[in-house]
Amino acid sequence: MNTREIIARCEHLFEDLRFGAVKEWKAAKPGRKAIGYMPIYVPREIIHAAGMLPVGIFGGGDQLEVIQGDAYYQSYICRIPRSTLELGLTGRLDCLDGMLFPSICDVIRNLSGMWQIMFKDKYVKYFDVPQNYDDAIGGEFYVHEMQQLREDLGKLAGKEISDEQLRASIAVYNENRKAVRELYAYRAQEPWQAPTSELYLVLRAGCVLPPEEHTQVVRAYLAAARTEERPRRDNARVVLSGSFCEQPPLSLIKSIEMSGCYVVDEDFQLIQSWLLDEVPVSGDPLEELSKAFLHRSISTSSKYDERKEDKGKFLLKQIKDRGAEGVVFAAASFCDPALLERPMLQGILAQHKIPYTAFKYSENTGQMAPIREQAGTFADSIKLWSAA
Amino acid sequence: MSTPIQIVPGTSTPKKPPPAQKEDSMLLQKELINGNYHELATAREMNRKVSATFVPGNLNELLMCFDFARSLPETNALQNGMRKKSGKMIMDAERDGHSEDVCTYVKADLGMMLQGQVGPTGEALPTPDVLLLSYTGCFTFMKWFELIRQKYDCETVMLHVPYQGDGRISKNMRDYVLKQLKEKVIPTLEKVSGVKFDIDRLRQYMKESVKAEEDLVWTLQSAKHKPSPIDGYFGAVYYIGPIFTAFRGTPEATKFYSVLRKEIEQRIREGKGPVTPEGEHPGEKYRLVVEGPPNWTSFREFWKMFYDEGAVVVASTYAKVGGVYDFGFRHDPDHPLESLAEYCLGCYTNLNFPQRIDMICKYLDEYQADGLLINSIKSCNSFSAGQLLILREVERRTGKPAAFIESDLVDPRYFSAANIKNRLESYFQMVKQKRAAGMGAKPAGHAPMPPIVPAPTAH
Repeated sequence: MNTREIIARCEHLFEDLRFGAVKEWKAAKPGRKAIGYMPIYVPREIIHAAGMLPVGIFGGGDQLEVIQGDAYYQSYICRIPRSTLELGLTGRLDCLDGMLFPSICDVIRNLSGMWQIMFKDKYVKYFDVPQNYDDAIGGEFYVHEMQQLREDLGKLAGKEISDEQLRASIAVYNENRKAVRELYAYRAQEPWQAPTSELYLVLRAGCVLPPEEHTQVVRAYLAAARTEERPRRDNARVVLSGSFCEQPPLSLIKSIEMSGCYVVDEDFQLIQSWLLDEVPVSGDPLEELSKAFLHRSISTSSKYDERKEDKGKFLLKQIKDRGAEGVVFAAASFCDPALLERPMLQGILAQHKIPYTAFKYSENTGQMAPIREQAGTFADSIKLWSAA
Repeated sequence: MSTPIQIVPGTSTPKKPPPAQKEDSMLLQKELINGNYHELATAREMNRKVSATFVPGNLNELLMCFDFARSLPETNALQNGMRKKSGKMIMDAERDGHSEDVCTYVKADLGMMLQGQVGPTGEALPTPDVLLLSYTGCFTFMKWFELIRQKYDCETVMLHVPYQGDGRISKNMRDYVLKQLKEKVIPTLEKVSGVKFDIDRLRQYMKESVKAEEDLVWTLQSAKHKPSPIDGYFGAVYYIGPIFTAFRGTPEATKFYSVLRKEIEQRIREGKGPVTPEGEHPGEKYRLVVEGPPNWTSFREFWKMFYDEGAVVVASTYAKVGGVYDFGFRHDPDHPLESLAEYCLGCYTNLNFPQRIDMICKYLDEYQADGLLINSIKSCNSFSAGQLLILREVERRTGKPAAFIESDLVDPRYFSAANIKNRLESYFQMVKQKRAAGMGAKPAGHAPMPPIVPAPTAH
């Protein structure tokens, strides 16, 4: 398959807010179950080991008309909880047997309790992760939390999840993460060959496909992208930061690219690159997942930075490793974690004389002209500065 | 006994308000709070180390074990709000790059720093030596102290308190908090203060805490009387002040709550309602439960809207934000660290939605309230996100009318007096109609009256 065909399939999966792929997967074998998860991170390995399909729910995007969901939220709350509720209330999430609400912010946290009340027949869990990174403290807490999830899903599946099943699932996700890392590296190397608007769709396919199949899609795209010749432009290389929960519309990503930026790294789908290297398949599987989370995972604003000097380190590394020339801070309106983090990161970039620009969006932002204008001016200014 | 005192006039208020009526306990409370600001202002000359921490999950007894002078940035922000100083602070923080979308407590605090760190009473506040990030029920706390740490560059210690997502405190959650206290928090406080931890000293403070907690619960529950001798929201702000801040575990707090209790006992004997800034309450026409924090910038004006309508708040969730004591929890001198963990895990905003709804329904029943009012605060997602479901659920379960108003903590731009007043008036009319129709006792299968809520906003 060529990139156009692969992207067409991924785009279809992305746009299907009835989750046909999930329904098909469940229908293929009686008794199969699917568990939804919201951004930013849950250990999908446990869901997979239970024989279930992990399904990423990232709101309703710009194609969903939110009617009922709006009745539950004030105007000053971001859009993702209202569109997620809309998905639930209109029956689009009926194919899910449960929902996990990770520890990301107060809005998603509260949504977990709302879900308990509104969807009583579903398994619902607020999934807490530690903000203490010592193995004996945060690690122990986290292993217990994962164990609880393992037991819950085991009950739902009708059989316990064995260590062997967990190890096998870790291996599946190691392969998936490896493929995603390769794709990221390739995009940074030749962003004109693998534009972010395409990479995004390839990653979003991972929200609804089984990981084994998704790995194949990623590899197929990578292989196809390497063989196709695409025009190279004199664009500015930027990292996009702050879009880890409510997603920008695809047209916004395209607009940034059209304005003269190559997005060489971003944080749209953190779950797929959260663990930075392979999780060992020997040893206690939950302990290995815990160690990977505590010591070898990415930094984002929902995670506590233990030391002052840790702040911004990850972003600086992204900039350096990807050869970026500037940062575009793109945060969802009313996103507390991203918007509270932003001034700190901007201060650090200023210290390092790295240019940045910032704007807000919501998942249904429709007016792209101002974004194009701002990103284009930013790209031009980078080109001017670097020439000076 | 009540004594008239002068409230500091607001810069944006065109007319000077008449002197506010306050009870002796309120004056004593003010003395305590101002005394703490003076203690902070003079901490350096007294060679004392300074800590900063938050109200929910406040480990005051533990901090006292290390002789810290204790600052609480939330109360600094609200005190500045009540003194009409927060508006400029917030705008200064926004000019400094902070988003208009985020918590105004944070911005008021950062704005105060930008203005030279002058505290609400006019005395300069010292830079803290340690930020105790007891992160209970609100993610913003974490970012708040990260922001302050970037500026102050002082020691920061995190106490991560897991959320009661399943509506209970598991052993794993308790053990996690306890371990952090033993292995992270206490060693850091020892290092910063140079004082060795003495668990017997902690026990001693906790014995005082229990006395104050008993009297606080008695005070809050006195609102079950008819008429209620207290206001469980506006008045409760004064009552919770000492115990939620730098005084839990001190003899001063014990004395304050003892004075308060005597005062209220007297009011019950005399059949009196609450004292308000406008004077004695004119007579209890409506009994309400309120969910959500108050607005601080127009606190008196807001309270007066209730006073004018003869409404008394008999119970509020905000009065539980620094600790839920009325369902039996007390600090336990025999198990001091364990009870600190339990306390943090049990603060109101650490409860899940079904627990919060249960609590409100219980209040409506036990305090024989006419209905629920939600004051939804723009700044506070921890409280506000999902409150419209709380409103629907409470109406469905109790059959009692509910209303929804919106304001902010300390941003005067988000207090629209006319809108709030209109909505309150409509709400009270609805309560009256319900009474006339003999409704409201039970849901009884019929559809409840539509709640007073803002029109849905396209987003």
